[in-house]
Amino acid sequence: MSERRGPLFLGRVSYRQRRLADAARLMPVLGAILMALPLLWPRAGEAGTPPTSVAMIYIFGVWTLLTVLAALLSHWLDPTFDAATREEPPAEAGDPARGD
Amino acid sequence: MVSLNLLIAVCLGYVAVLFLVAFGAERAALRGRAAWLRSPLVYTLSLSIYCTAWTFYGAVGYAARSGMEYLTIYIGPSLVMVGWFWAVRKLVRIGRSQNITSVADLISSRYGKSTLLAVLVTLLAVVGTTPYIALQLQSVTLSVASFSQADATARPLPDQNSTAFWVAAGLAFFTVLFGTRNLDANERHHGVVMAIAVEAVVKLFALLAVGVFVVWGIGGGIGETLARIDASPLGEWHVVPDRWLALSALSAAAFLCLPRMFQVMVVENEEEGHLRTAAWAFPLYLMLMSLFVVPIAVMGLDVLPAGANPDLFVLSLPLAEGRSNLALFSFIGGFSSATSMVIVASIALSTMVSNHIVMPIWLSRQAGGAMVSGDVRYVVILARRLSIIGVLALGYLYYRISGGGAALAAIGLISFSGVAQFLPALLGGLFWRGANRIGALAGLIVGGLIWLWCLFLPSFGPDMILSSGTMTEGPFGLGWLRPYALFGIVGLDSLVHGVFWSLLLNTVVFVMASLATFPTPMERLQGAQFVNIFDHSAATRGWSGGMAQSEDLMIMAQRILGATEAQALFRQAARAQGLQGYLPEPTSDFLQMLERELSGSVGAATAHAMIGQITGGANVSVEDLLAVADETAQIMEHSSQLEAKSDELARTARQLRAANEKLTALSVQKDAFLSQISHELRTPMTSIRAFSEILRDTDTLDAAEKTKYADIIHGEAVRLTRLLDDLLDLSVLENGQVRMNIAPGRLRPILDHAIAASGVDRGRLTIQTGGALETEIATDRDRLAQVFINLIANAQKYCDARTPVLTIAAREMEGLLIVDFTDNGTGVAADAQDMIFEKFSRIGHQQAGGAGLGLAICREIMVRLGGSITYLPGQQGAAFRLTLPLRDAMAAQ
Repeated sequence: MSERRGPLFLGRVSYRQRRLADAARLMPVLGAILMALPLLWPRAGEAGTPPTSVAMIYIFGVWTLLTVLAALLSHWLDPTFDAATREEPPAEAGDPARGD
Repeated sequence: MVSLNLLIAVCLGYVAVLFLVAFGAERAALRGRAAWLRSPLVYTLSLSIYCTAWTFYGAVGYAARSGMEYLTIYIGPSLVMVGWFWAVRKLVRIGRSQNITSVADLISSRYGKSTLLAVLVTLLAVVGTTPYIALQLQSVTLSVASFSQADATARPLPDQNSTAFWVAAGLAFFTVLFGTRNLDANERHHGVVMAIAVEAVVKLFALLAVGVFVVWGIGGGIGETLARIDASPLGEWHVVPDRWLALSALSAAAFLCLPRMFQVMVVENEEEGHLRTAAWAFPLYLMLMSLFVVPIAVMGLDVLPAGANPDLFVLSLPLAEGRSNLALFSFIGGFSSATSMVIVASIALSTMVSNHIVMPIWLSRQAGGAMVSGDVRYVVILARRLSIIGVLALGYLYYRISGGGAALAAIGLISFSGVAQFLPALLGGLFWRGANRIGALAGLIVGGLIWLWCLFLPSFGPDMILSSGTMTEGPFGLGWLRPYALFGIVGLDSLVHGVFWSLLLNTVVFVMASLATFPTPMERLQGAQFVNIFDHSAATRGWSGGMAQSEDLMIMAQRILGATEAQALFRQAARAQGLQGYLPEPTSDFLQMLERELSGSVGAATAHAMIGQITGGANVSVEDLLAVADETAQIMEHSSQLEAKSDELARTARQLRAANEKLTALSVQKDAFLSQISHELRTPMTSIRAFSEILRDTDTLDAAEKTKYADIIHGEAVRLTRLLDDLLDLSVLENGQVRMNIAPGRLRPILDHAIAASGVDRGRLTIQTGGALETEIATDRDRLAQVFINLIANAQKYCDARTPVLTIAAREMEGLLIVDFTDNGTGVAADAQDMIFEKFSRIGHQQAGGAGLGLAICREIMVRLGGSITYLPGQQGAAFRLTLPLRDAMAAQ
């Protein structure tokens, strides 16, 4: 049985690269959402307003997280991938993320 | 205490170090040992000119006034860099592949190299950046002043303006020196970038040092500092959502659009791969820059006396705590921030001003256009130097006029919102093929005007430019035009209001105008280039060459690129085309390449205009239109044209090949004939000579022998005569000197005559005749008989059947008389069939003599008679078909 568990399709590497590119494109969206979340917090004068120290820890925490994620993504993204996708048959021609 | 003199000495020393760094980097780059200059780290650090003195000093002041809101200024750019895969990567790729020199150049290139658009962007950028430069001058002046207040021994500064003036002058000197050293083909300034990278490190460490001192030196550790923050007036979370969102978006937009950011991010970019490092390292840098801002602000409010300027807490806190060395370091950090921003901003602006305003004006004032003599490079460099000085002078003037007051502090965001007006045109140009020049112009004008009205003019304060009446009542009493309440919507924060309306209407007008108008072919071409940059990085914008003269182009290029560089470029291009010397053919490819090289020096629009002047303005060819139009029909038309062309070419090639083969065969035949004819002539001549010598020298010959030898001589002489007759006959026929004796007659008598004359009854050949032999024809009977005889003789000679039979069949068809001569031999080999009618052609090397002229003569005769003779293949033997016009047809002529 275990022999049948080999890779089901061959474009594994380029598939992974395309998904990583998707992830890279989603990074600013994730960052914007996380950075906008504090707007939902109660503000000065309302009950349960968080102190500035908590806000600082949250925002700089998110900032660090984004930095780490961006670093990981740029590490994983293959710089030569650009050229590689073009030579490939357009297996995912309908993929809107590749429109640019 | 730090004396003012020491301060000035440290400043000068620091500047001297920067000079050395910049100089060393330029030298290293010149020697090609600049690998370390091209590291991603240097690129990331150079991006830090985003953090100006406004960040270094102003962020703390901002935090002291509005709490956490200052973070938005750094969150926006962080998100842009984290999302580099969207816009920044594309910008950099386009910038590199199109040799873009500035943001104005990018926008003008995208929209069909429009000069008008470039001028508009340049003006807006100058208006938006000048206050920012003034802000930097102010920050240096203020920081020097804060030292002079603390230094009791110092003479009071007679005039703070003198500081600003000398700073501006020094910066102008540095920028002119390193920013306009040479007209680099790709506009990279290694020295400047390296100096900025060093300054980035200095300002980061200066701010971190103050922060560490504040947290651990004054605050007593992280926990206690956080507790003091919560206890301070800033202790409660009180951001305003609309400002938070609007400022984040605004700073993100400005990060992409600011001329100085564009300069370091796109123009100075050495390698696209550097973005991968900058994507995480630059957000990290920004985070570190903003990390200690709140603690410093809180401590400043806490420790310093009330009324101290929060914008200078970074300096005044260490001074108040007696840490003069730290204060000095902090001062250097602030100085770094201010100088690096001013240097890069003035380089970026001067490039724009000289490329898009000065050069076009200068070129249009030159009578001969780009063709005048002299070196344009000096003009370009001079224009750039004057622009740098002009930009700094404007900044200084703005500082003097605005009075350097608090009004200036608010100008940072207003400056941001000014350059953010480029964003719709910029992003639209990157991602939307349909964006066009009219849309970009309209959007920029509308956005720029709203920005002027709602943000820039009011920023000078009430009654400075706009009267307070206008502010509250609107111009001419038009209430819906109040600068802070457009369309009667009141209650919005003035900045949010201005940013919202200007960007919204800018975008709407941009999109609507783009939808409603048509782009020029050049715009469509460039649009396809920009939007689909990742599909085809190679440029395809075309010049239709031919009209351009290589020599003129060379003269022009020498003046812009320099003689040696231009000659090397031309020589390389000529070699690539397989030519010797320095003048390549002005092909479309070459012109494109040249334009790209030139645009690296003078900007795309100018380079385009210059080449346009020489090529006669034929800038978009039909091929280009076909290339840009991806509509199926046009592509198909294009490819079918290509197909037809290639078919035609293949046909011509086939014909040429056939002709060539024939010529080769003919030449072989001619050689063979010459040797044959000399042989033919030689044999009879030899025997004639031999027998005549016998007759002359031998006295003992009897009469019979004499007769025999004389007969031989006679026979050989006849053979020679016949050969010469044939040659003469053919020559006469070919030259058209022969007259045909056309007379009516029947076919049969001619044929009978020919059969009798060829002496068939004495040989083995049997002749069968049949068909329409009684047909009346009008022809030269002797000549036709000659053809018949020749064909019959051929059959006698060449038919190799055991019992040779020649069938002669005549019939009428479509006004023609057709006579077929078919024998039962092996016929003529396929490869010889098209040769047999040529002169001197002899089939095989048969024993049957003949000079190979018979069929050639036949063909000539038949042509003269208005008919033809062809070889009829596939008839089980040699078959010749004669055609003759019938008598009616002849009569009708």
